[in-house]
This record gives sequence, structure tokens and C-alpha cells, in this order.
Amino acid sequence: MPSVKIKKHVPTNDMTPFVDVAFLILSFFMLATKFKPEEPVEVTTPNSVSSQVLPEKDAFMVSVDNKGRAFVSVDNPGFRQILIQNLNDTRKLGLTTAEIKSFVNAPSIGVPFGQLKSLLAMDPEQAKKIAQPGIPCADSTGGELYYWIRDALSAYSGRKLNLLIKADNATKYPDFKNILNAFKKNDQNKFLLVTTPEDAPAGTALYETRQKQINGEK
Amino acid sequence: MASIDAGGDGGGKKGPGVKKAKKLSTTVDMTPMVDLGFLLITFFIFTTTMAQPTAMNLYMPKDVDKPEEQNKVKESGAFTIMLGKQDVVYYYEGLDPTQIKTATFKTIRDEIIRKRQNTNPEDLVVIIKPTIDATYKNTVDILDEMTINGIKRYAMVDISPQEYQLITITEAAAGIK
Repeated sequence: MPSVKIKKHVPTNDMTPFVDVAFLILSFFMLATKFKPEEPVEVTTPNSVSSQVLPEKDAFMVSVDNKGRAFVSVDNPGFRQILIQNLNDTRKLGLTTAEIKSFVNAPSIGVPFGQLKSLLAMDPEQAKKIAQPGIPCADSTGGELYYWIRDALSAYSGRKLNLLIKADNATKYPDFKNILNAFKKNDQNKFLLVTTPEDAPAGTALYETRQKQINGEK
Repeated sequence: MASIDAGGDGGGKKGPGVKKAKKLSTTVDMTPMVDLGFLLITFFIFTTTMAQPTAMNLYMPKDVDKPEEQNKVKESGAFTIMLGKQDVVYYYEGLDPTQIKTATFKTIRDEIIRKRQNTNPEDLVVIIKPTIDATYKNTVDILDEMTINGIKRYAMVDISPQEYQLITITEAAAGIK
């Protein structure tokens, strides 16, 4: 029987389009996203229809987790330096230069003044592993958070400081109220609550005004 | 194939004894590159965030010691919303807390819209009173309702002991723990 000789081929797969797609997705992710900021606790913010962009600069943020622990974080390292020096003077913390520098490098702080010195003296990697108990603020005077806010305001004197409050979905209202109290004691009544955006529900007053704006612009 | 045909017999005929150069394949194996690409994608997915957080304005009233300096609310325009346990909302119109009614976050919107349509816009004031059992999410949700329904005047204040007692009784009757 005559047999047909089949030339043997190694089955190859061309990977080039695959590479194209992979790098396309990669460039999309690099351009469209932002690195997650370093946070001591996980906070899931609630949704709101607000479309105002969160100010990145001049921000003084108080984060509250679901157990009610309060953390203070400040974006600007220069401002952190003034803040800790103010606190060191007014609260007699007795911090060394190295400890002040450690605070300037720390993303956020959530310990009572009594533990601040020992926390800052620690190695930064080690300090990350420690569960911080939160800044005490659970009384009508605003607790220690009052002093944080007061010194932040005086460090920022003259310029507008954006007061951000970031709380978790499951945070109890009294814990949130304590934070508001600490701000109120400092005569601060305007806040920005950090939220995740969502669309206005169809058929409501806000939905209609937004539709009108979209149609008007077109 | 991603190969460039660089070979071929373009050199013409060669004499006997001249060895033909071996045709080398110029195909590049792309598999490691794909691996690397997807590795980087995975890295970016895990370390970055997509959603830009937004900010919601909250203006709290200043504490006033003297009662005569406080803003007065007309009875016809007052609408009080109280936030209870288990995402349940309680509300009453006017200034009489005993007219308490129960609602959820889904049905409260219709009540707010109804109240807004039946009330003189200048008189309408929504008073939000979260109880100690309410969560932060409830608070933000109800403040959001104000924005959604175009309520211009609203205030967040503390609940009175009498109102809290009424809510506790209602909750006990409805079996909400």
C-alpha cells in the first residue's frame, strides 16, 4: 500500500498576540489605578452619591475602624514635623530627635500619648506588627484626639486644613460622634466624610438634575 | 509566526565544495514574556485601587448654650428621622414623638418625597437623630438621602431620652434585637 508521508512538525503556538494583550492590560492598570495608601487598619467606607473629589493636599484624616479605634494620619511630611514638635512641647512627651523623625516617616498613629514614645522608639518594621489601641477620644472633652486636632490646627494656622473623617460601615454611631465632639471642641464644624462613589438612584430629584446637566452640556 | 524570514537562497549558486550555510530559525519564544506580562498585571491588580474615593460634606451646627439663639422649627415643616437597630428607621412628622412610624432605608425615600411635596419648601426641615445603636453606614445613607431628594435644610442632632425610650418600646414590640 502506498503510504503518504507526513512531514513531522513540532506544534508551535505563536505567543505574540498574547504578549500584546498582556501588555495592553498591564498599561491600562498602570495608568488607570493608584497605589493603595498604607493604612494601619482596614476601613470599608460606605457609598454615597457625592461626586466631590477627595482633596489630597492639606488633609488631616481621622480613621475609625469598626471597633471604634481612632487613627490620625497626615499627608504632608513637613506638616507632620511641625505637628509632632507642637505636641512634644504642649504635652511634654519628651521625644528625642530620632523619635520625631520616626513620626515624620510613619503613615498614621493610633496610640495614646503615654505609648507614643515607646512606639516611635521601635523599629518601623516592628511597629507595623503592633496592634495600636487607637487614640482615646471617648469622653465629652474629646479626649486626647482634642489635642491632636488643636495642635494640627495651630501647625496649619492661616491656611485651610481639610478635615477628613474616614469610618467603617460597621462603626457604631457613638464612636463617630466622639470624633465629631473632639472636632467641635476645637470649633471645627465642617467635615469631609470619605466615601465610595455610587450613582444617584433613577427617578429621584438628584438623578433628574444630573440628567439635565448632562443634557445641557451636550 | 513572529519570525523574520532572513534565510532563503538569495546567494545564487555556489560551486561544489562550498558548504551551504545552515538555515537558523529566528523564531523567538514568547512564552516567558507572556509570563512576565501577566505577573506584572497580577502585581498591579493586588497593589492598586481603582475607585477614587469621594468626599461628602458634613456641616454640623455649632453648639449654642442659650435656647433663644437656637433655630426654631415650624411644626408643619418638621420631619424627624431616627435611626435604630438593624437598619430600621423611625420617623414622625411635626413635633409629637408619639406619632412614631417604622420604615426601612428603602421606604424612607418615598416618605421624604411625600413630605417634601406636601410642605412649603421654606418650612421643611429634616431632623436626623441617630441612636446609639445606629451604625456609621446608616448615618451616611440617611445624609445621602437628603442629597438625593434635594432637601436643603437638615440637621443632625442628638436624640432625646423620651424619643429613645419610644424607639426601645417599638423595637421590643417588633422583636428587633
